[in-house]
Amino acid sequence: MAAVNPAIPDTHSDAHEHKPHGFLQRWLFTTNHKDIGTLYLVFSLTAFFIGGTFAMLIRAELFQPGLQLMQPEFFNQLTTMHGLIMIFGAIMPAFVGLANWMIPMMIGAPDMALPRMNNWSFWILPFAFLLLVMEVFLPGGGPQGGWTMYPPLALEGGANVAFMIFAVHLMGISSIMGAINIIATILNMRAPGMDLLKMPVFVWSWLITAFLLIMVMPVLAGAVTMLLTDKFFGTSFFNAAGGGDPVMFQHIFWFFGHPEVYIMILPAFGIISEIVPTFSRKPLFGYQAMVYSLASIAFLSCIVWAHHMFAVGMPLGGELFFMYGTMLIGIPTGVKVFNWVSTMWKGSITFETPMLFAIAFVVLFTIGGFSGVMCAIVPADFQYQDTYFVVSHFHYVLVSGALFGIMAAVYYWLPKWSGNMYSEKWGKIHFWSSVISVNVLFFPQHFVGLAGMPRRIPDYNVAFADFNMMSSIGGFWFGASQFIFLGVILHCVYRSRQRATAQVWEGARGLEWTLPSPAPYHSFSTPPVITDDMLAHGDVAH
Amino acid sequence: MAQTSGAYYVPHGSHWPIVGSFGLSGTVVGAGMWLNETAGGKGIMLVGIGLLIVMIAGWFGSVIRESVSGLYNRQVDVSFRMGMMWFIFSEVMFFAAFFGALFYARTFSVPWLGGEGHGAMTNFYLWSQYSAAWPTNGPQDVGGAFSTMSPWGIPLLNTLLLLSSGVTITIAHHALRAGHRGRLLVFLALTVLLGVVFLGFQAHEYAEAYEHLNLTLGSGIYGSTFFMLTGFHGLHVTLGAIILAVIWFRCAKGHFTRDNHFGFEAAAWYWHFVDVVWVCLFVFVYIL
Repeated sequence: MAAVNPAIPDTHSDAHEHKPHGFLQRWLFTTNHKDIGTLYLVFSLTAFFIGGTFAMLIRAELFQPGLQLMQPEFFNQLTTMHGLIMIFGAIMPAFVGLANWMIPMMIGAPDMALPRMNNWSFWILPFAFLLLVMEVFLPGGGPQGGWTMYPPLALEGGANVAFMIFAVHLMGISSIMGAINIIATILNMRAPGMDLLKMPVFVWSWLITAFLLIMVMPVLAGAVTMLLTDKFFGTSFFNAAGGGDPVMFQHIFWFFGHPEVYIMILPAFGIISEIVPTFSRKPLFGYQAMVYSLASIAFLSCIVWAHHMFAVGMPLGGELFFMYGTMLIGIPTGVKVFNWVSTMWKGSITFETPMLFAIAFVVLFTIGGFSGVMCAIVPADFQYQDTYFVVSHFHYVLVSGALFGIMAAVYYWLPKWSGNMYSEKWGKIHFWSSVISVNVLFFPQHFVGLAGMPRRIPDYNVAFADFNMMSSIGGFWFGASQFIFLGVILHCVYRSRQRATAQVWEGARGLEWTLPSPAPYHSFSTPPVITDDMLAHGDVAH
Repeated sequence: MAQTSGAYYVPHGSHWPIVGSFGLSGTVVGAGMWLNETAGGKGIMLVGIGLLIVMIAGWFGSVIRESVSGLYNRQVDVSFRMGMMWFIFSEVMFFAAFFGALFYARTFSVPWLGGEGHGAMTNFYLWSQYSAAWPTNGPQDVGGAFSTMSPWGIPLLNTLLLLSSGVTITIAHHALRAGHRGRLLVFLALTVLLGVVFLGFQAHEYAEAYEHLNLTLGSGIYGSTFFMLTGFHGLHVTLGAIILAVIWFRCAKGHFTRDNHFGFEAAAWYWHFVDVVWVCLFVFVYIL
């Protein structure tokens, strides 16, 4: 067992001494929310580079028309694995890592509500991930049917089908346990005085995200279980000859899948809502509206799933329902975007790296949102379906949306985590390099998509050659830029000699900034006394 | 020892999660190999399951020891309650996926295969002889002709069994709260017994279906939904009965007090959840 003292003194300063000794005790057996948060974040960064390597290979193949580097089968494995790795390995674990690190510090808790389960929900992930990546080396290769695993195509795979399904099961178990933990922490571990409507918006965004996760991950588990039994045990869920329907899989899958895309963006909304007020030196504009719009987006996300499958065939009433439902999401999302802008309005803004990423998020996510509204229009979507326009749309919301949100959060909180300031100069270089290259990478894909270039095909018409070359150059540039990110992080943690103050940023408010930097091993060993002026949004609840 | 810091309680580190991860991945790697007919798959799967059982016993064992020694406070208790509630909610959603498949097949897939709806041309081009009905094993008669289980025999009996087990566990709970350990043990044992009898009948029904009715997992969409829904439910009854049996031994050892017995309550919640799922099954799978 970990060698720790039975009681911790009530001061923060010497709480560092209670870290468990020994590498294994510290990282393998840990119940500490900061250690687990770090594990999640390191895991996510690793997965980001692996998934990114796959993306580089995809862009290399698409650099010129014709088959250049690989066989179509391998190309299909790359697109499938790139999707699965980035969603389940990079984006989701990064947000869970941020939740682990920040939520206890933001609500005045010592740790998460269920610390051992917290450990397990992380330590399932590396195993699931290995299982997933290992499939590429199986005879017959990895899954090739796309990350959405549509039958009957996905069932045509060889040995990988069972392993892919089980990997999804494991990642689902991990997510559900993580989400249960986050809900229990937020509802049960808040310090006295931290009312629900005084919580930081990041905490609110995670409360709602965790609810979505618990609701939809089991549905994904059910869907892939049906795939498994259809392939190996003779059931006919997705087999029309037996009275089933392949389209049924798409409905069940997207009942998971659409809330899932909000699972990947709501925490980013929360992050941006923390960062923009700090660097605008103003309280968040419309705090309550921000909370209610988060909840509305989450609710609407549960009733719009079939907009991913307009072209597959549905009764007209269904098409209309899902079209209008989808467009409705623009309203609460618009509330958020306008509130961020209003927060900046007449603020005394400074442009440190987190703020730069936050502003880029607001602009580029909105572009992704606009192309989303275009995709929501049924007759137009018949044209966009399965083209690069869709690829461009969801990369705008996931890369320059979710990923930029994560990067903003890392720059924002890294001084609090490590106790050191990162290099502002290299942070800014990373930002400008990323924000320009991401547009070079994805903006041309709108054009080739509208002109009809299909997704998931390694070859294309020569008419699309210029834009694809441009896109590939942007891709390599964006990929290379991320080594700057890695360098900035490593430098900040290990080399930086510039110590961070407790408050770190001049305009920062909230409980996490009342703790010293680096934050003590156990965040709050006794419930802190909270006054409204310590809270970022404490004075706007009425 | 665990750390009690001020008003908060944070448990010490544990090696059980990582053991659980090895167990879980052993189980699925073995199962995957077994499904792919790779040698040694079954063995790896069994080792994995074994590890999982060891992990569950060890993990719960240390939680029980800590709980009995009085380390936990009110806040920990509430965290456990929330954990269990949301876990049950996730289970509800897992069943919802399969109920969703059943409703979708009955409302959309099967009528469309029978030619209903505008633009659904499958019937016209492929199976114009097929007329939609429920139960069905599809236009290609997958699995061969079958007949269905009458709801008014064993299924009705099973409904009564499970509903009574919901009553007996409530009586047991009242006995626990009133401090009557004898009555508690009798009614809790009765609950487990009712669960086991239910499982026995269910096994008999499955044998009947396979041998006499030619109703199998491969009997088209009807067989798929019937066996997956009742099968997963049966698995949950098995798990619930094991949980209740463990709780029975803990009651006999005097682990629970009148106002501190969350382990019992969690098991009871789980049992009621399994009960409710069965009522839905009885209505939507057997009767309608």
